[in-house]
Amino acid sequence: MGPSTEGAAVTTRGLTKRFRGGQVAVDRLDLDVPPGAVYGFLGPNGSGKTTTIRMLLGLVSPTAGTARLLGQPVPAASASVLPRVGALVEGPAFHPYLSGRANLRRLDAADRTTAPRTSAARTAAALERVGLSAAAGKRYRVYSLGMRQRLGLAAALLRPRDLLVLDEPTNGLDPQGTREVRTLVREVAADGTTVLVSTHLLAEVEQICSHVGVMSAGRLVAAGTLAEVTAGATTRVRVECRQPAVAVTVLTGLGVSPVRTEAGTVDAELATADPEQVLAALVAAGAGVRQFVLARARLEDLFVELTGAGFDVRG
Amino acid sequence: MGDGRLLLSEFLLVLRRRRNQVLLGLLALVTVLIGVAVDVSGPARDGEGPAFLRSITDNGLFLSFTALVVSLPVFLPLVVSVVSGESIAGEASTGTLRYLLVVPVDRTRLLVVKLLSVVLFGLLAAVLVAVVGAVVGAVLFPIGELRLLSGTTVSYGQGLLRLAGVALYVAAVLATVAALGVFVSTLTEVPIAAMAATALAVVLVEVLDAVPQLSALHPWLFTHDWLAFGDLLRDPVSVAGLGHGLLVQACWDAVLVTLAWARMTTRDVTS
Ligand SMILES: Nc1ncnc2c1ncn2[C@@H]1O[C@H](COP(=O)(O)OP(=O)(O)OP(=O)(O)O)[C@@H](O)[C@H]1O
Ligand SMILES: [Mg+2]
Repeated sequence: MGPSTEGAAVTTRGLTKRFRGGQVAVDRLDLDVPPGAVYGFLGPNGSGKTTTIRMLLGLVSPTAGTARLLGQPVPAASASVLPRVGALVEGPAFHPYLSGRANLRRLDAADRTTAPRTSAARTAAALERVGLSAAAGKRYRVYSLGMRQRLGLAAALLRPRDLLVLDEPTNGLDPQGTREVRTLVREVAADGTTVLVSTHLLAEVEQICSHVGVMSAGRLVAAGTLAEVTAGATTRVRVECRQPAVAVTVLTGLGVSPVRTEAGTVDAELATADPEQVLAALVAAGAGVRQFVLARARLEDLFVELTGAGFDVRG
Repeated sequence: MGDGRLLLSEFLLVLRRRRNQVLLGLLALVTVLIGVAVDVSGPARDGEGPAFLRSITDNGLFLSFTALVVSLPVFLPLVVSVVSGESIAGEASTGTLRYLLVVPVDRTRLLVVKLLSVVLFGLLAAVLVAVVGAVVGAVLFPIGELRLLSGTTVSYGQGLLRLAGVALYVAAVLATVAALGVFVSTLTEVPIAAMAATALAVVLVEVLDAVPQLSALHPWLFTHDWLAFGDLLRDPVSVAGLGHGLLVQACWDAVLVTLAWARMTTRDVTS
């Protein structure tokens, strides 16, 4: 590994993008993606994930702030650092009337740092890796949504990369495809490639990500290892009992609130209370406890907690 | 060299595009039609029709010159407008622009490659008209020694050489349309808008060139000296008109390319 991969794979300081028209899409973002991480970049629609990725890749120029990829400042050093970065930005995009293979060959021809002699072999290997070998000769026009997504991934994997930036890589994939992307991310991560993946599939994030960052309205509202971030969320307790009213009184008495009752079960956020004491108190009060379940907050709950439950996107 | 690879890939992409093949086909067709029409209806009278039309029946090579005169004001600029308008805006509209840029392809380099490939396409179009004209002319009409505009006679080989010079001049003036189209193409994500705007701009300049009240402006319009290539068919070749034409074109090229570069290198790619 070169010296530049020892530092953070992605760093931004005060990164801001204000679009013409005044829309602040990214607001003083300080992002740190450690090397070797699989970083889940989360956030509701319109929270600024894609805009951040576009700034990292030099597609959009920041209004303020700085960004570094693999230790080098971008966009100043883009020419030398981007060959080491594979990217899928806001869905795949290819020439419709060229075949999948011809499209990859074209991208490879555009890369000054690859050897023309190995182009055919690398293209074939990338297509193989995403399961597109059989459809490589078809025109992109007739590809299905999932095939297009796979071709986009193949383009990101045309050569060994130190960093993969994947913006919603599983969009439109069938369950097998989603699983393959998961396997693929694990494989490249095992080879030492850092992966920055933006996705809305939180179950996937819980399975593959070592770190997460949550965006909301252009700001990073939580970041760290998956364990650190989910630790911040409150644990819930679910009590199934004969006398819910008694349980409610006991829980309220212990300062555990809010409390929700539903046909024989009581739900509560435990906050700082000790679960063992809560259970003992419930039993002592004769609530008739049948089941006492502690539920570590799922990423989805945390996500909603951090970014708000509203369905409408920010204007 | 890496740039040769990208330029080749780009030029092949342009050539493989069915629409562009059709456009080239139409140019060839216009040339053939002129030849057939003259063959069927006999020689034109003096001062009738476009320049050189009358000479076709004397020497088939004049079909090339006639076809270039006929195609230059509209057909050829239209073809170049389509291809150049497509260049950047087309990539932006399909989203492939962002993937080219993250390869990475330096923005200046991409602009140069795009521009060169359109210029090459313009050259191809001019050469196509010249070659089709020469071949059809040779089939339908007598060939041999060529009577120039100045009245002197040169060999057929010399005539071919002058035809090559004319084709190059036409390609050079089309390069200005290419620069204009590529610039317009950097402004939008809608290729059809870039194509239409480029074609309209060329027509507009041609209209200005035809308004006598604006005669002071005329020498500086890029279309003004387009048909000056007749000077290559004199003996001795008079270069004054051609030279002025090329100089004006070069100035326009410089301005348009600079504008395109300024826009291309600062544009936010959000498509
Ligand atoms: N070119 C643009 N001009 C103006 N505003 C823009 C532009 N591009 C994006 N925005 C705005 O910036 C905000 C962030 O958009 P962005 O695409 O980064 O969101 P996102 O987090 O990727 O959302 P999603 O999950 O839906 O992909 C949105 O409010 C969007 O409307
Ligand atoms: Mg997005």
